[in-house]
Formats: sequence, structure tokens, C-alpha cells
Amino acid sequence: MSDKQPGATPPAARGAGAFLQVKNVWQEYGDQVVIERLNLKVAEGEFCTLVGASGCGKSTFLRLLLGQERPSRGEILLDGAPLPGEPDASRGIVFQRYTVFPHLSVLDNVALGLELPRSPLLGRLFGSAKRQAREQAAEMLKKVGLGHALDKYATQLSGGMQQRLAIAQALVMKPRMLLLDEPFGALDPGIRKDMHALLLELWRETQLTVFMVTHDLSEGFSLGTRLLVFDKVRLDPHAPNAYGARVTYDIPLNVDRRAVRAAVDALPAHIGAGLPSAL
Amino acid sequence: MRLINRHPGRSRLLLVLLPFALLLMAYFGGSATRLAENPNDKLLPSATQMVAAVDRLAFTADKRSGDYLFWQDTGASLTRLGLGIGIAAVAGLCLGIAAGTLPLFGAPLSPLLTVLSMVPPLAILPILFIAFGLGELAKVMLIVIGITPMLARDLEQQARQIPAELLIKAQTLGASTWTLILRVVLPQLLPRLLIALRLVLGSAWLFLIAAEAIASTDGLGYRIFLVRRYMAMDVILPYVAWITLLAWLTDLGLRQLTRLAFPWYEGAKA
Repeated sequence: MSDKQPGATPPAARGAGAFLQVKNVWQEYGDQVVIERLNLKVAEGEFCTLVGASGCGKSTFLRLLLGQERPSRGEILLDGAPLPGEPDASRGIVFQRYTVFPHLSVLDNVALGLELPRSPLLGRLFGSAKRQAREQAAEMLKKVGLGHALDKYATQLSGGMQQRLAIAQALVMKPRMLLLDEPFGALDPGIRKDMHALLLELWRETQLTVFMVTHDLSEGFSLGTRLLVFDKVRLDPHAPNAYGARVTYDIPLNVDRRAVRAAVDALPAHIGAGLPSAL
Repeated sequence: MRLINRHPGRSRLLLVLLPFALLLMAYFGGSATRLAENPNDKLLPSATQMVAAVDRLAFTADKRSGDYLFWQDTGASLTRLGLGIGIAAVAGLCLGIAAGTLPLFGAPLSPLLTVLSMVPPLAILPILFIAFGLGELAKVMLIVIGITPMLARDLEQQARQIPAELLIKAQTLGASTWTLILRVVLPQLLPRLLIALRLVLGSAWLFLIAAEAIASTDGLGYRIFLVRRYMAMDVILPYVAWITLLAWLTDLGLRQLTRLAFPWYEGAKA
């Protein structure tokens, strides 16, 4: 990792197998270096929270993971293969704003993700296939607590409800990883707490790998199993853009949750398969 | 109380009707005065004269052709207008989506549309008559050429304003470029198309009447320019009022259609 790496052993080094590998990644826009020499290994099922000052490359890193941008140098490997260079169904995303489709009902917002991949010509399903997709979507919506609002338009929901909807949209795709870009930044504290509980519950259930950018340090500490701090190691006061940021602190968190996850993984498949939802 | 803080309460309807009433009063006052001086005055016909003219054109068969000219004119004009607006809407929508959503199409299309929308359509009317003859096609094409660039540019802007987050989200939901346009961009642009159509409706009527005035054998614009030779204000004024009413009804229809077909649109703007 970096020169300032504190004593904690990064989880990947404990032989957890690298689900995601970031190898010497740089991201530059013209003269401006945003990320430099970023190396990272993330195991499957980690909940990584990304914190750091504004303009320190957390969101840029998330865009790289999403495929919205490609790194200027270096590569990102998912299961040993290069990450696809454009957004696709393997990575779910929840933004802070504009996360739901205003022209669709709550139900169709989620069903859309089930219809699009199966109908390359029209992008919509008919008859029993459509009914099935909607049932599946309704089930997912019940899980995030939106079972009562299926027929409303997405924009009729409050901010917190819209974020629940956006999470349901992402999860119904069963993505390899879930990317969250300050998803709760615009919500008031009470609602934010509910969202934290929901997110943790879903994370336990799905065993998803999560990357979450946040400005709220306490949120970063309480939710994650691993906290990644982005900061600039070198700084030239005369040319603030000359050097980029990298991960300066990589802190394992919430060891109990991580241990439970590891114990479940260690069980034989036929027993372990039914367990996570019971946790 | 300051003027800026005073709102019309129950008197709103009165205030709405007032200017119309004043206009009518001024007209009929002037008409009565002129007709009192000279009963053969043609400039400001009285209501009776206009009713007689409408009765002659709308409810009496024409002696020569046996047609009811007023309705024939209306039908011909509305057909041209409908065709022109319909073709322009489809073309404008396709061009706008292509230019506003796909950067590779936008790069060549966008500047072209800007330049094309600067060409005064009436200036190329002769070219249209030479290219498409004096038939229906040239008149419809004038409307299409006149309003398509405006529609396309407006829809391009609107397509660009769809947040990038939504387009990325759709891709993470498994959309291809085609299904993304079909299920995300198109439905969000349709209500905006209706609004854009309302804005270009005036131009469409302008081009229609110009084309009919120059080369036609029927239509509302044709009739107005025909009877101009006899200074038949008793025909021209009801025709103008009728065109205004038709335009207003179309506008109202489009507004209602936006509300009924896209109930989500009002909420989404917030």
C-alpha cells in the first residue's frame, strides 16, 4: 500500500483471495492528477467505505469501478479479468441525486431492470413474463419497505424513499458489487439511520461487495468492514494539481461482522447456502 | 398596498374578458360610425354582414362547384397542417434524440441543425415549388422544413438535460443504446415534444397560409388572399377569427394531452 500505511494488516493479505484488484492506477485529466499509484485488493463480500476531503478522488475511484471512466494508467481486475470499460449489469450504482426514473411507477422502476436484459429489441416484456418480472420486483420492493407504494410515480416519493427505490433497483439485478456515491448525503439524520439499518441488513443477506463514498466519517466507521481514506501523500503548494491522491489509511472495522461472514463462508456449501438470510 | 402584492381575486374572470370586450367594442363602434356615413363601406363590416358572409360560405353550397367552401377550405388546410406537423414531429424527435443522446451523432448534426434553423423557410419557398411542384407536397414540405429544425434543436437540448446519472443507471440495469433510448430517453422527451409543438404551432400556421396564398386552389389562406381582391373584409375577418380559434383549440388540446398522457411530467420538473 502506501508509505503511511498503519499497522493493520490489509484483509486481502490474509489470503481471502482477491475479488477486486487495483493495480497501479492513475487518473489524470490534462495536467490535473487526481489519483496516483493506487494499489488495492478487495475480497468478495467486503463493505468498503471511502472517505476523504473533497476533490480527493473518492468519487473518481468509484467512477472507475463503475466503468464510467477508464484509468489513464494501470488496470482494475475483477476476478482476474479486466473490468468492463462501460457501465453494465455487473455493477449496481446508487447516486446521491437523480437516481430514479421519473416517468415510471415505483414498480416499473425496478421491473425495468428485469425487462431490459431479456428483451433486446423492445426493452419490455409482455404477458406472463411481464407479470413474473413485476412480481419479482414487488418482492424486492417489499424488502426495502416500499411495498405500500408500488403504483406511485417515483417522483412522488420522499428523498429517503427514492433512495430505497434506487437500492432496490440495483439489487434486483444481482450485481457483483454495489457502488454507492454519497447515497444518504441529502437525507435528514433520522432517515439516514433507517437507511443504514436497511443497507446493513441487505448486505448481510446478499453477501454483496459494497463500495460506499461518504462525507460522514461516523457513517464510514459504523457501516464498513473496511475504511479506505483517500488523501494526497505529496503536495506541491505551487501546483496543487500536480500530485494525486491514493489510499493513505486502510482500516479494518467491525471485526465481529467480518468474522460472521468468514465463518459462514467456511461452512460446507450445502449448509452455508441457506444461512446468510437467517443472520 | 404595493401593486406587486395585489392579486386578482374573484374579479379574475372579469379581467380576462375585459380586453376582449374592449377590442370588440372598439371595432363595432368604428364599424357603426363608418357604415352610418357610407352604407357601402367595405373596410369595417358589421356583424350582420359577417354572419351573412359566413352563411354564404359555410352553409350554402357554392353555385359553381356545389361544395361548402368554408368547410372545404378548413379541411384542406387542417390536412396540410396535420401532415406537416406530424412529419416534423417524427423527424424532429429522431434528429433531436440522435443529436442529444449519441455524442457521435451529435458532433456532425448539432452544428448542421443550428445553421439550417437560420435559413428563412419562406426564402426557400420558390425552391420548394420548383423541386416539388405546385401540389400538396410543396406546401406540406414548407411546414416540415420550417419547423423541424426548431423542434430538433429544442429536443436536442431537452435530451441533453436528462441527467447523466439516469443514463448510467439504465446501463447498469442492462440497457443497450437502443433500449435505453426506447425506455428512458423517448418517454421522457414525449411530453417535451408536445410542449415544443405548442410553441411552433404559430410558425406552422404562418408557413401554411404563406404557401396557400401563393399557390393553391383551396384552403383558408387561399380564400383570404382570393377575396382580398374584392376587399371582402366580411369574409377575411371571420376566416381570421376561425383560424385563431382553430390554433387556440389545438394548443388547448396539446396541453390537455400532455396532462392526461404524461401525468408524471409535472411532478418530475420539481
